[in-house]
Amino acid sequence: MKSPLTTTQIVDEYFIENRHRLLDIAAFLDRLERSADGQDAGADFRVRAFRSALEILVDGLDDRARRVHMIFSDPTNEPRAALDRKAAYGAYKEA
Amino acid sequence: MRYIEPHAHMVSRTTDDYRQMALMGCVAISEPAFWAGWDRSTADGFEDYFRQLTEFEPRRAAVYGIKHYTWLCLNPKEGENRKLAREVIERIPKFLDRPNVLGIGEIGMNRNTRNELETFRDHVRLALDHHQLILIHTPHLEDKYKGTRLTILALLEFPGMDPSRVMIDHAEEHTAEMILSNGFRTGLTLYPETKVSLARAVDIVETYGFERIYVNSACDWGHSTPTAVPQFMMEMRRRGHSEDAIRKVVFENPIAFLRQSPHFVEPAAEESVAVGAV
Repeated sequence: MKSPLTTTQIVDEYFIENRHRLLDIAAFLDRLERSADGQDAGADFRVRAFRSALEILVDGLDDRARRVHMIFSDPTNEPRAALDRKAAYGAYKEA
Repeated sequence: MRYIEPHAHMVSRTTDDYRQMALMGCVAISEPAFWAGWDRSTADGFEDYFRQLTEFEPRRAAVYGIKHYTWLCLNPKEGENRKLAREVIERIPKFLDRPNVLGIGEIGMNRNTRNELETFRDHVRLALDHHQLILIHTPHLEDKYKGTRLTILALLEFPGMDPSRVMIDHAEEHTAEMILSNGFRTGLTLYPETKVSLARAVDIVETYGFERIYVNSACDWGHSTPTAVPQFMMEMRRRGHSEDAIRKVVFENPIAFLRQSPHFVEPAAEESVAVGAV
């Protein structure tokens, strides 16, 4: 179903909180560049996935939330042979 | 508005949380067996936990007029240990007749390993052998899509599987469709960081409709919000949805699933509660 709200109502209701989130992301990326060791954040698989996900936000296509999920998701089909760790990373790490 | 919290790990929460939930209209909680944050070492440890879930926790909830239900299993976080899983599963049947037990859960996978999958299948077999409802956890973050897919494929291997008796929980935008299109019920878990936000939960309901879907807080010992369901209700109102639509997601849909257990007692009509309230 469509949202019960009109475009203007959605903007009125959700613009400020999403502006806030956008600035949080911008500041996170700036923070990475100010890291104590100056290491390239792109060396981290999670940051690479994050940057790929950002491209989805501006590609002009719909279904963004699902497609962002898929950027972070394990694309393989077979179960892992054994437990590697208890907690997930947040982004898929190739073996 | 009254609501049902269909997934909360109350053994990890304070009495103040029960009180707050009651004040916000919670009339029933269902509590799946969960990981303690560390691996239990023996089947005896699980038996003690099952006694807590079936004896002490219902009394704690009743103080605030909340009906407490539970689900039993060895949680997916411990599913890698096949020996312990077999020992625990052997001990579960003797608890199934206890009056607040609704079924087997929350079972499923954590990191999608072969052993976790086998432990999941053992639990499903246990549930089917004892005609129990099934509550399924889907994995976190990058493991969710693959884990949900493996879960559904495994469930469909069982002949005569009735998907209306199975809740596949913690769905998100990339997994809700595969759960619902296979006839299963699904839950959206409202978390501050992982899983879904209030706004996204309403988006998912708007996208996939109001049938076979409910929301929960899955509050536990981690970062979580026991009053997330009432907050979802506010978000639905903010979005312009009717009170009937909200009631369907937070009250009627949980009942439609849980009433399939003979142990579930439907909440009395609103008027009766008001007259009989102490």
